[in-house]
Amino acid sequence: MTAIAAKSGQDRWWNSRTTHRFLGHHLALLGMVMIVCLTLACVLGPHLLPYDSLYIDLRARFSPPLTGYHYLGTDPLGRDVAARLFMAGRTSLLVGFSAMLLSTLIGTFVGVIAGYRGGWIGTILMRTVDGFLSFPSIFLVLALAAALKPGPIMITVVIAASSWMEVARIVEAEVRSLREREFVQAGRMLGLSGTHIMFREILPNAIGPIIVAATLTVARAILMEAYISFLGYGIQPPLPSWGNMLNGAQQYLNSAPWLAIIPGAAITIAVTSFNFIGDGLRDAFDVRADHS
Amino acid sequence: MVAKIEAVNAGDAAVSVRGLTVDLPKGMERAHAVENISFDLKRGQILCIIGESGSGKSVTANTIMGLLPKIIRCSSGSIHLDGTAIVDASPQKLRDMRGRVVSMIFQDPLSALNPLMTVGEQITEAMTAHGVGTKASRRSRAIELLTEVGLPDPELMYFQYPFRLSGGQRQRVMIAMALALEPSVLIADEPTTALDVTTQAQILELIRDIQRRKGMSVMFITHDFGVVAEIADSVVVMEKGRIVEQGTAEQVLNSPAHPYTKRLIAAVPRLTGEDRVPQETASKGSILKVEGLSKTYRSGSVLFGGQRVVNAVNDVSFDLAHGRTLGVVGESGSGKSSLGRLLIKLQDSDGGRILFEGHDIAKLSESEFRPLRPRIQMIFQDPFASLNPRSTIGQILTVGPVAHGMSYSQAREEARALLSHVGLDAGAYGRYPHEFSGGQRQRIGIARALMFKPKLLVADEAVSALDVSIQAQILELLDQIQRETGVSMIFITHDLRVASQICDEIAVMQKGRIVEHGPPSQIFLNPQSAYTRELVAAIPGERPRNTRMNAANY
Repeated sequence: MTAIAAKSGQDRWWNSRTTHRFLGHHLALLGMVMIVCLTLACVLGPHLLPYDSLYIDLRARFSPPLTGYHYLGTDPLGRDVAARLFMAGRTSLLVGFSAMLLSTLIGTFVGVIAGYRGGWIGTILMRTVDGFLSFPSIFLVLALAAALKPGPIMITVVIAASSWMEVARIVEAEVRSLREREFVQAGRMLGLSGTHIMFREILPNAIGPIIVAATLTVARAILMEAYISFLGYGIQPPLPSWGNMLNGAQQYLNSAPWLAIIPGAAITIAVTSFNFIGDGLRDAFDVRADHS
Repeated sequence: MVAKIEAVNAGDAAVSVRGLTVDLPKGMERAHAVENISFDLKRGQILCIIGESGSGKSVTANTIMGLLPKIIRCSSGSIHLDGTAIVDASPQKLRDMRGRVVSMIFQDPLSALNPLMTVGEQITEAMTAHGVGTKASRRSRAIELLTEVGLPDPELMYFQYPFRLSGGQRQRVMIAMALALEPSVLIADEPTTALDVTTQAQILELIRDIQRRKGMSVMFITHDFGVVAEIADSVVVMEKGRIVEQGTAEQVLNSPAHPYTKRLIAAVPRLTGEDRVPQETASKGSILKVEGLSKTYRSGSVLFGGQRVVNAVNDVSFDLAHGRTLGVVGESGSGKSSLGRLLIKLQDSDGGRILFEGHDIAKLSESEFRPLRPRIQMIFQDPFASLNPRSTIGQILTVGPVAHGMSYSQAREEARALLSHVGLDAGAYGRYPHEFSGGQRQRIGIARALMFKPKLLVADEAVSALDVSIQAQILELLDQIQRETGVSMIFITHDLRVASQICDEIAVMQKGRIVEHGPPSQIFLNPQSAYTRELVAAIPGERPRNTRMNAANY
């Protein structure tokens, strides 16, 4: 059916079929909108609210949402929950994004080298990946967090260290199949160095799956930060994060349920949105979806 | 052309197509896959539909089978199959007719067979689906069919899985499946394109034979005029969705009327049997001397037994003079591509020497060989896979020279000059590979290989993926380049006709060995080895035509 090959379709990325498929994925679009809103709220929100996130007003303790200018209520110290939520969002999203960047970089690097070199180098790298995967990551993270001084950077590193393996595996498989393509042979024929072939010729062709994996990693990283902070090993108060806001809320579940519901909802929205975006991207990059 | 078709009685035509137009979805290169086509397939005849890729021949076949993808619609016209109108027929009706009245053989027998079902199950499946016979009768019928298509040991074959069969055997199984319900019309969509020439000759013979015995009507889709000459009673020539010429095989082949048909026939590579005139620029002395080169592939493991050892290249020796072209021909699995990869050291050889300009390069490591790479370049087979889809043409051309120390501005100048030299406009520089057709991409591949002004070019099936008319242009370009630059060439191909056009000498490979080596006049007119004789005899369309016509009119 060569007759139905499309005319040179994708001139620019915003015009490409991948973009069109992504825009046709309603949940992914919804996710995208939610993330943009959430990010804007976290960046601009604290400047627009009347209260600082650290301002303590003991007379206004446990105000339920929509009391005066406390739109989302106050916490046990009378601090504005909305202000704290947005400040916490900054930390949580930043940790999530940085952990994603770090783990994607490590994973891609390991995956490309293992996939292209193969042989014993590939075996050693991929068995290391297996080794990391066989560690129960939560315990590893908690042990590391307990041993080291917890802080946003440390948490980012710990999360990245426990989530780069997935990217490495995806990239390795992708590169291994790309390695056999003729344009890679052509690169060798031209006398290009291995590094050039790996990172300049092959990597751009594997970028689709990497972006998908990265998106899903953000979701996981946000969740994991919330986990660790909830258990008290992560971001330490007074610096707020969605996880430690939940931690502080657990003893008031009956009297002040909004303290748990609000940061919980923020985490759910962020994680679900990233997962939607990831699914949308996966479908968009899947060429076979065109035929269905 | 349409006016020429006389109204035939419904009983006279097995398939009758009138004014058929099939639309393509918006945004494709043209509005219609096929436009207002009319033709008849007469009972008991073989009709060849010929055209280049994108001419709409496969769409025509799929419309008749009722197998069009949902996004493609048949907008007007009628198709009568055995007197029944099938455009707009209900899916149930079409399904009932498929297999029983009309059935189809596909191009790629490997992907058309289900790898998880035995041969026997696949043949009986169609009978079961149409509720024909009992289990036992279906089975004996399947074995009968396997005998009929000439498969050895049909009883055993019944229980085999497709992966155990060769390409030709798989195609025979496909034919047996298509014949299971004794259809009156058989549609064959390029059934021999993926096969070696000797296998192709056997399959063509089989289709003719079965067609004659059963009085079936066959619609045969092909892009190869050699195949047409071999098998057709009448011919339909398609270009860009339109029928430009139709008539009896003799008419179309011997006195084509339409310029497109003439062009296609002229482009078909012919066996010349004449040696190329040696170039004056060609100096004496060899540029490449290969001695006892060998490469063995091992698969499976020694530890767990079942290790398979394949001698892909076995004790190969030859000599190539400056400015000459050596053709390496052979069927798939003969080791010709492995040989090419060994020569440009994409793979390491196991033994033997490769003397390039007097130095043995076989033993050099990758880093020792890298400075020499610019002197030996390769043109790859698949113009779609050999260009990085994420790089612009400019990047593809300049990346090599820049890596070897040329300044970027100089590389850019040379790339632009080369692009116009290989017949592309300089505007191609900033564009991406997917914006070009197969032939244009192959020109880019050639330009890439020429950026270094190499001494030796290895062309691995460089024209196999292209349409005949494009093939002829690329061969001409290669010839011109050789005359201008005096580059030596190794031309690897499975097509003897192509080899005869461009080679000074030809080496015939079989199972990793060179079985015959000589000038084209020897290979084609006076072959010394039995295998070469067999290969030459299998070339479609090169037998004297009148013998076939006599046979058809027996």
